[in-house]
Amino acid sequence: MSEHIVSRRVYFVIFGALMVGTLLTVWVANKDLDNVLFHGANTVIALTIAVIKATLVVLYFMHVRYSSRLIWVIVVSGFFWIGIMFALTFSDYATRPPLTTEQPPARNERLK
Amino acid sequence: MDAAHTGAHGAHDSAHSALQHHFDNMEQQREAGNLGMWVFLIQEVMFFGGLFLAYTLYRAQYPAAFAAASNHLNLTMGAINTVVLIVSSLTMALAVFYAQTGVRRAQVFFIIATMLLGTTFLVIKAIEYYDKYRDHLIPAAGMFKWEGELPHGVAEQHLQMFYWIYFAMTGLHALHMIIGLGIMTWLLYHAWRGRFSPEYHAPVEISGLYWHFVDIVWIFLFPLLYLLGRHVGGGH
Repeated sequence: MSEHIVSRRVYFVIFGALMVGTLLTVWVANKDLDNVLFHGANTVIALTIAVIKATLVVLYFMHVRYSSRLIWVIVVSGFFWIGIMFALTFSDYATRPPLTTEQPPARNERLK
Repeated sequence: MDAAHTGAHGAHDSAHSALQHHFDNMEQQREAGNLGMWVFLIQEVMFFGGLFLAYTLYRAQYPAAFAAASNHLNLTMGAINTVVLIVSSLTMALAVFYAQTGVRRAQVFFIIATMLLGTTFLVIKAIEYYDKYRDHLIPAAGMFKWEGELPHGVAEQHLQMFYWIYFAMTGLHALHMIIGLGIMTWLLYHAWRGRFSPEYHAPVEISGLYWHFVDIVWIFLFPLLYLLGRHVGGGH
């Protein structure tokens, strides 16, 4: 098996898509979608665009689309493990009483 | 017997000088190198992942403080830096392309272009850091002072927490950029001397993987740090 050389055209197309994604993410961040769609909509959209951009970089700039199964397994497992880290941490935070969100008054006084 | 002998002999003769003795051929060596780099990058994902986790937890806890603090970041500079990094990823990808096709001059040109863009990123980042210092937004004892009124229900410590995470994440990212520039310098030297060819260009490819990874980190940092509160408070 010899390596696949990604053509320059593919690189430029992906570059264009990344630029469009960047413009889109800045444009949409200034629209208040939390009130139009649902609370947190802005964050969900920003992260969706970021995930798409990152996926394009991984698949084309980093050649994963043309790489061996072994590389695929490594890449997927990495994101799977980070999923575990977030899921377990948040299941813990969600099921305990919250930390104090009030600021301690004594410390506040000291800072002034 | 004779054919097998000459075959083996021929393979040995044509072995590339960069082929390490523990690999059968260049292809196997290249694949092993790529795999090793990916294992390292996944470790980096977990490394940055811890910071992204801290960010998510504190933002969930202090949403108003995070939005207000984020709106004090310079959106224009953050956006320009995003574009600079994406262009640098393109020039890096092209440097890999010209290494794979064995065009020395173009390879050197695109490595230099990548280095210049990386340096531009760091200069803009340094200007931003200086602005934060000037505006008393360094989250250290006696250095942090929020100008103007605190938003409703927001304490200064919560604003400081955002800046702690901002400096930790962008600082670690900038450190990766600096290391990347070091790698590029090494690459430039060898590319200049014509060391890379269609048979042997694994170092260019692997350095490219690293550079693109650093770009991906910024693809997430930009919206999470600079854009999170734009829709609620305008900003600068």
